Amino acid sequence: MTDVEETLKRIQSHKGVIGTMVVNAEGIPIRTTLDNSTTVQYAGLLHHLTMKAKSTVRDIDPQNDLTFLRIRSKKHEIMVAPDKEYLLIVIQNPCE
Amino acid sequence: HRPKGHPEIYPLVLTTKTQEIFNCRIDEDVTDEQPYKLINKEDIFEDLRNRAAVSDFHPVKKIVQEYPGNELLLVYDKDFKYGLNFYLIGTEEGKENYLNPPEVPEEQEEYKEHIPEDVYIYKPPVSKPWVSLGSEKEIEEESVTESTKQITYMISRKRSEFGAPIKFSDQNASSVKDAYIECTAYPDKNFTLKQLEKDVGMQVIPQIKDISTQTKWTYPKNATTQYYPREFSEEEKETLKQSKPLVDFLNNASISVEIALQQNEIMNTFIDDWKYLAEEEGTFGDKTDTYLKEYQSFTDLHSPTEKMITCVSWHPTIYGLIAVSVAVRLSFEDRVHFSGKLLLQPSLILFWSFSDPIHPQLMLESPDDIFCFKFCPSDPNIIAGGCINGQIVMWDITAHADRIENIKAGGSRSKRATLKPMFLLEPESNKEAMYIRHCAVSSIENGHKKVITDIHWLSDTFEINRMGSVFENRSGICCQLVTCSADCTICFWDIRPQKPLTPQTTEKKKEESIEIPFDVPSTFLHLDLSWKPLTKVRLSKGETSLDHCPTKISLNEDHLLCKTQDKMLAQSKTEKAEEMNPYHNLESGMANLLKPIDDFCTKFFVGTEEGEVIYTDWKMEKDPETGRLMSKKPVSHHTIHDGTVHTIQRSPFYNDIILTVGGWNVAIWKEGVMTGPLLHSCCAPKRYTSGHWSLTRPGVFYIGREDGYIDIWDLLEKTHEPAQSQNICITMITYIKPWIFSSKQQFIATADYYGTLHILEIPWTLSRPSTNEMASVNHYFEREVKHLEYVEQRKKIREQEKKEMELEMAKKKVKTYQKSKEQMQAELKMDYESYLELEKTVLINLGLIKVTEKGSYMEVM
Repeated sequence: MTDVEETLKRIQSHKGVIGTMVVNAEGIPIRTTLDNSTTVQYAGLLHHLTMKAKSTVRDIDPQNDLTFLRIRSKKHEIMVAPDKEYLLIVIQNPCE
Repeated sequence: HRPKGHPEIYPLVLTTKTQEIFNCRIDEDVTDEQPYKLINKEDIFEDLRNRAAVSDFHPVKKIVQEYPGNELLLVYDKDFKYGLNFYLIGTEEGKENYLNPPEVPEEQEEYKEHIPEDVYIYKPPVSKPWVSLGSEKEIEEESVTESTKQITYMISRKRSEFGAPIKFSDQNASSVKDAYIECTAYPDKNFTLKQLEKDVGMQVIPQIKDISTQTKWTYPKNATTQYYPREFSEEEKETLKQSKPLVDFLNNASISVEIALQQNEIMNTFIDDWKYLAEEEGTFGDKTDTYLKEYQSFTDLHSPTEKMITCVSWHPTIYGLIAVSVAVRLSFEDRVHFSGKLLLQPSLILFWSFSDPIHPQLMLESPDDIFCFKFCPSDPNIIAGGCINGQIVMWDITAHADRIENIKAGGSRSKRATLKPMFLLEPESNKEAMYIRHCAVSSIENGHKKVITDIHWLSDTFEINRMGSVFENRSGICCQLVTCSADCTICFWDIRPQKPLTPQTTEKKKEESIEIPFDVPSTFLHLDLSWKPLTKVRLSKGETSLDHCPTKISLNEDHLLCKTQDKMLAQSKTEKAEEMNPYHNLESGMANLLKPIDDFCTKFFVGTEEGEVIYTDWKMEKDPETGRLMSKKPVSHHTIHDGTVHTIQRSPFYNDIILTVGGWNVAIWKEGVMTGPLLHSCCAPKRYTSGHWSLTRPGVFYIGREDGYIDIWDLLEKTHEPAQSQNICITMITYIKPWIFSSKQQFIATADYYGTLHILEIPWTLSRPSTNEMASVNHYFEREVKHLEYVEQRKKIREQEKKEMELEMAKKKVKTYQKSKEQMQAELKMDYESYLELEKTVLINLGLIKVTEKGSYMEVM
């Protein structure tokens, strides 16, 4: 198994993880564990949000940059790790 | 008391006697129209002479004497204007004034009255000489007059020069002298004013731009847009996967992602601890109010003998309706003794409604006292009851259903709630409770021989056959019953008509057909007096002839997971039958065509009269020796209670937790755990006579005692004793049944030995479960199960230890016995020698032996 597969599998096996996906800079999904329509929806929406968050951080302090984005909702938590070219999105249900 | 301003008025009090003497009685001689009377002076003097000081005119004696005239005016002062009821006018002038009041005031009054009535008379204005007030000066100032005299000029010209054509030509004005007159402008200092102040207003407005354009609009057209997201193809995805940037990115990103994931796994940081700490806020009513409140109580005041309530059941659908079975409060010998008298009185099930505490709504008649009854779950108009003589009695009250559904409170009858004996009640009255005769009883020879102690309807999801095997129930209604009786048997009954086994029996039936009264429904006509049980399960104790005597049973009420197809079939059947009441068209069981249900748990719990709890199977097996159908041996049985087990009940929340109450204690069991009860309370001070789980709180149950107290147990609060104890009545509580009406109203019906049914309201704290109560109670039960397992294990270990200890002891004993023979002999010899020495010294001391040797002299000394 490639490194990519291994890493993604490791992340997916954490407790409560609902889905994992890798998205490119334009919001097009590359790898995902959820079904297609959900993936596309998440990718499109979170891509915009990440861009906005990034620009917010940089507007306040141009030398700062966004490293991680966590959105906590009633039902689960969405974690986004941004990069120059890609986005790693993980959805976890933290409730016991 | 003489009024000021009227010196002639003398107030007087005139007694009735004086009034009669002078004919000035109030309201007779002296009235409102003529309130005065002229009295002769001589009469007054006479009165004064007659009565002297007693006379009413005594205070005004002097005035009367000085009075010039002959007649004095006495006026009745109705309004006590001057202080007393009469007054005397002491002067002629005053008299004149009173009798003939002056005209002016009269005229004025008249005038005032008349003026508003007259129409306004128009008076034209009268011209008067003008008085100057200075206005002509203002007019003079404002008027415009010519200040200078006007000059007139006359210019003439020859007539021929007029009207000639005119020729215009151009001319440069500056070249010709005096061709024009100039009036140049010059700065006039009078008009140069320096502006020192200026009023300016400013306003900020957004930049607005007004642009307009014109478009061509032909007609409205629907337009839609559809899009699909950009996606990578599979090959692209593969290539990207291999790319190094992606790998690097993932390696970097996964670190932080995993940290975040682990954080969430460790703890949920967003929990509001305060919120979870507080138990529900916003409760209705006082939280400290934990007592059951008395809501209503029902007693049958018309029955001649003393009765006790044996069974209570709330109507499943109608609010406020509760049915109660009563039985006479006599022991067996007394029953036999008074059997003649008892035959005359009907045994009843009474229907009480909240709206009428004195008169029962319906009374169901039965051949003998009913000890247990149940409403049919699929049709609340069918009731099955178990009798003291071993018969099952069935009622069908469909015809009277509207009576009980529309019970309204009030009516003149209940207001005048006088207690009359039954025979004085008017029979035509609408509200009189009707006696409803049973419509079927079971066969006396083939049924139970002794009192039926418990009766249940089997769930409508399954039915059983003669062997006890379980099949699915296609009819969709409850059609089978199970009863247990003091004759040590448990019988299963089917209410559908059974196919006749032999044609002979039908002939017999025809001969014996009894005339049935017209008002009894024929629902169960096929069963009447010929109803036989489907199967009988005998609870035998093995070799001994004494059998267990069951008092209560509890069946597994599992709802099976049928295939959806079959369920649909069953539903469609019931839909068709809904036009007609399914119970009125019972078809005989199609046991041959039904599908058997596998893994159905046919085991159930039985409580007996001796205080044992038995877990047994109802499936019959064929005895290999005799070939007959035999009931299986019980799986487990425990003797826990010291008296009759009168309650066995499954918890409404957990299907495998059973509460058993009997004697002086309570036990909770888990189905499947055979070693013993999970909870086994210690003996209570008073005997427990009834019990029931709470319907809303998983850890709460109610127990009734023989002294009229209800003990409320809360497993989350205390498990060694009840959490609360409350007095309800003075005598033994025979039955407890709680019921939910709404989320805010919960009642508990308590029946006592003297025949009174108390309805109590359950307070908020006892009806609302706390958060996670179910999980906590579940946890508690699991702990208890583990505890039991632990105890079992410890038992085994202890047994082992005991064995080992015994072995050790045995070994030790063996060791002590195995002393060598030589040792023993040596010991014996030594003992003997020391004995000889002792003998010698004693004899020497006594002087019986002579000391021969010299040496021994010293010894002796």
